[in-house]
Amino acid sequence: MERHVRLANKMLSFAWWRMARRAMCGLTICYLVGPLLVVLVLSFSSAQFLTFPPPAFSLHLYRNLLQDPRWAASFVTSLKIMIPSAAVATLCATAAACGVIRLNAKAATLVSVLILAPIVTPVIITAAAIYGLFQRLGLNGTIGGLIIAHTVITLPYVFITVSAALNAVDPRLEAAASTLGAPPLTAFRRIVLPLIMPAVLSGLLFAMVVSFDELVVSLFISTPEVQPLTVHMWSDVMGDVDPTITALSSFLLCISLLAVFAQRGVRLMLRRSDVDLETAASS
Amino acid sequence: MTRRGALLLVPAVLLLLVFFAYPVIWLLMRSASAPHWGAQNFVWLVRHPVYLRVLLNTVTISATATICCVVIGYPLAYSMATGSERTRRLLGFLVLVPFWTSILVRTFAWMVLLQRLGLINQFLMWFGVVDRPVQLIYNRLGTLIGMVQVLLPFLVLPLYSVMVRINPIYERAAATLGASPTRAFLRVYLPLSMPGLLAGGTLVFIIALGYFITPALLGGPADTMVAQLIQQQIANFGDWGHAGALAAVLLFGTGLILLVMRSVFGTRDAWNVM
Repeated sequence: MERHVRLANKMLSFAWWRMARRAMCGLTICYLVGPLLVVLVLSFSSAQFLTFPPPAFSLHLYRNLLQDPRWAASFVTSLKIMIPSAAVATLCATAAACGVIRLNAKAATLVSVLILAPIVTPVIITAAAIYGLFQRLGLNGTIGGLIIAHTVITLPYVFITVSAALNAVDPRLEAAASTLGAPPLTAFRRIVLPLIMPAVLSGLLFAMVVSFDELVVSLFISTPEVQPLTVHMWSDVMGDVDPTITALSSFLLCISLLAVFAQRGVRLMLRRSDVDLETAASS
Repeated sequence: MTRRGALLLVPAVLLLLVFFAYPVIWLLMRSASAPHWGAQNFVWLVRHPVYLRVLLNTVTISATATICCVVIGYPLAYSMATGSERTRRLLGFLVLVPFWTSILVRTFAWMVLLQRLGLINQFLMWFGVVDRPVQLIYNRLGTLIGMVQVLLPFLVLPLYSVMVRINPIYERAAATLGASPTRAFLRVYLPLSMPGLLAGGTLVFIIALGYFITPALLGGPADTMVAQLIQQQIANFGDWGHAGALAAVLLFGTGLILLVMRSVFGTRDAWNVM
């Protein structure tokens, strides 16, 4: 009898604990996502000021955004930086990831530390350092300079993603292709590349998002004439809170939502290629 | 094969040596060589209580933000790891969306919410908690509210990846052997999840140390952090010596923490977050 009571008590306290935990999770999720939702709602407000709830809905903030050529110009600048830097970073990082697994352990660690260093170095240090270098080279305020800086910043992210996929590829597959007479390049192109392709795409996407959202380094090395979107937004936000920014923020939020979905898609592709490999191996 | 492998590394390594390693080393060298060789920049740093105060602020704010992240992030990661497939997906999605959203956008959202007549103040007055708007922004409270929100996914994601590998059978075994749920959690689950907690906590702490955007937008003059000071030294005074000294201190602190974590937990745990 006593045992039953104790058991019941135990279950009750378990239920309590679970309810408390659920409530806390709900609050935490509100804290994480809530502010973004508020901005999204406010971006459709008809008011000239940021009052919540909005008195009526209207698209006038989006109209403001689209009619101001400065926003369009900085958006184009962001794309001009993002596309080449993400492409170059993906190519260099994929090549490097393929090179690193052919090195011995010691050399591989050394190279990996160099390639991953920009992630663990506080970004303000990277920014100050690149600004100093560009000052001496006369590259501050140029698209070329921004592309180089963004390539350096995004490269490690692609490297991590592709390296992880490469480590999962069975080295016997490439060896088997070579045994069957495929030249190294063919073996790579026909066997390894298709297997790591989802990771390469995922890395490319990662690089694009990181470049598009990058602020600190761009803030140092851009000038009012050549200004990516985030720097433009920063200089606008520094003074007061302009309601037009809510429309811009919502637009950026949609882009990150797309990125999350694309990332999921890539992961599904990755999983499917795993399955294909298993069925191929078993048949 | 090895030689060809090495060739593949050339573009990435060259790019990072020329445009990352060299300028960072140049910046750190300035701390000892600008305007002339000597320790004057570090002496400057130590002699001015204002700047020591900034360093102290940086550590205090980062530590507080890390503790807040642990307290609210742990239950979230636990629910993600132990929930049903659907819960896991939903929570994962809700953590990843802010993670992928630009820090600037998230910080701006807090500027909107924490304003004098922003949503939070409206709520507090409506519920009668306060009768006048309270100052929530341009002070330490605002900085922390914003920073914890931005940094939380960096704790939750590595913690989750460790928790999801913990077999629930251990906790059940402890319960069968007579441990109360609290005891089973404290003695079995918590120690098993510790590597994730420490990896995530370290990551949050080192990102917070070098943090720039959120404190600059949500903090007040009394909450200046070291990254803002570096930016001021360069942008306002063009003083590479002082900037270099501050950068050296920041990098040394970050490196030290990483090294300690690495020696305690082996090589990879601190890295494999992304």
